[in-house]
Amino acid sequence: MNLQRREALKAGGGLGLFGLLAAAGLITPGQARAEWNKSAFDAKTIEETLKALGASAPANSADVQITAPDIAENGAVVPVGVVSALAGVEAIAILIEKNPNPLAASFVLPAGTEASVQTRVKMGQTSDVYALVKVGGQFLMTKKEIKVTLGGCGG
Amino acid sequence: MHSIVQAALAAATFGLAGAALAQGSTMDEIAKYREMLADGNPAELLEAKGEELWKKARGPKNASLEQCDMGLGPGKLEGAYAQLPRYFADTKKVMDAESRVVHCMVSLQGFKEEEVTRNWYSKPGRDSDIEALVTYIGAKSNGEKINVPARHPEEARMAKIGEHIFYRRSGPQDFSCAICHGQEGKRIRLQELGNLTTQAGAGTAMGNWPSYRVSQGAVWTMQRRLIDCMRQARWPEPKYLSDSVIALEVFLQKTASGTVMQTPGIKR
Amino acid sequence: MADPMKIRASAKDGVTEVKILMSHEMETGQRKDAAGALIPAHFITEVSAEHNGRQVLAAQFGTAVSKNPYLAFKFKGGAKGDKLAVSWVDNKGDKRTDEVQIA
Repeated sequence: MNLQRREALKAGGGLGLFGLLAAAGLITPGQARAEWNKSAFDAKTIEETLKALGASAPANSADVQITAPDIAENGAVVPVGVVSALAGVEAIAILIEKNPNPLAASFVLPAGTEASVQTRVKMGQTSDVYALVKVGGQFLMTKKEIKVTLGGCGG
Repeated sequence: MHSIVQAALAAATFGLAGAALAQGSTMDEIAKYREMLADGNPAELLEAKGEELWKKARGPKNASLEQCDMGLGPGKLEGAYAQLPRYFADTKKVMDAESRVVHCMVSLQGFKEEEVTRNWYSKPGRDSDIEALVTYIGAKSNGEKINVPARHPEEARMAKIGEHIFYRRSGPQDFSCAICHGQEGKRIRLQELGNLTTQAGAGTAMGNWPSYRVSQGAVWTMQRRLIDCMRQARWPEPKYLSDSVIALEVFLQKTASGTVMQTPGIKR
Repeated sequence: MADPMKIRASAKDGVTEVKILMSHEMETGQRKDAAGALIPAHFITEVSAEHNGRQVLAAQFGTAVSKNPYLAFKFKGGAKGDKLAVSWVDNKGDKRTDEVQIA
């Protein structure tokens, strides 16, 4: 990273990440995305979250898969991936029903990025995990139960 | 009468088989969980930090640790961890990776021991240099065979003391390490307990440390692992770097010798 | 200052696979300290990845993403030696950008 770019990043202040990146010339302004979706992350139920994401009544779909173990040895770190063979997936979100705020993470996939993301989430207890996918302006969803166990002294 | 007993036996057998089956798939799913975590171990973040700490000139003497002798000569780290603890002629002591790196931070960099060991483990918002350094040093033995034959008389003596501690029952629960870790097939809840009296069991236990503990979000060193075992056995906790912990390490590493290290590990 | 990320990016058969580890507490704001006081939330909110300056992923995180976040994804294109930059910001305005060459 050159010095100018670093200065631009520092000077960015309240622009948000994408404003900062645009200011730094890392991305063009046209690529800058929406601000962090506070209402979606603050929502307390699946329904509220879907609404905040603009995804009321998504259809269940077998074309969306969650890759995760059935059982997590520890709820602090639960690997969750979302994969879809559908072409043109624009966005993916991971929701955990029984967490205080269901929305864990959301992803915007520019053209050319595959519908395959993996991350690791915290789960307070055994819960259904939902994967929401936006494709062609439509929302699709699938779910999987992940059990959270309590271990012993830990290896 | 006879047929009732037979029916009961059949039912019991069926029940057992069912339970075993359920447990089998549970273990498969836990194996899948561990496999998914193994790729992208957050310990790698600490390993990078440890490398920086190793190479950077620091302390009152403004020196790096690159001349530190971890047992294979100054600055030679490849495979060093897998051959620790060992006897060091310069200190006339059997030292493990942690006591040795602390020794180097004191002798080469001029830090005071209290100051170096104050944060011997991390907490949220409180980093530990030792944790980072030991993760880095440990990773330099990834893929190496554990080799602690304990042939030097001092090493042999420490192995003997370690063995004694392993089998000695004490504390309010009259517990020993061997009660949990001296037999095959034991577990606590879903956690299988390794049999540390066999080469394979000790190898599995020793070869994965230092290890990232997802429950703490931190790398645990072997000292921390053993000190916490003692706490869980309701024993008085030994002091960091004390001979009793190093003795246990010598005993366990000797038993594990010949198995291959896979570190940094990642655990529940 | 935030610690560096660990980024692995490798190109194979026209697809680049990216695996990122970020060093961050990801404090939920729901935990209490030893004195019983609530520990304020401190977590990464946004992550962005750019391949040669073109955005290939934009992510938003909540507090449920695990400590020291892991993120993996794949995009079409990308060749050995190309630049891949990843940036994050958190809810306190801390930020970090790291760059690697695709292997």
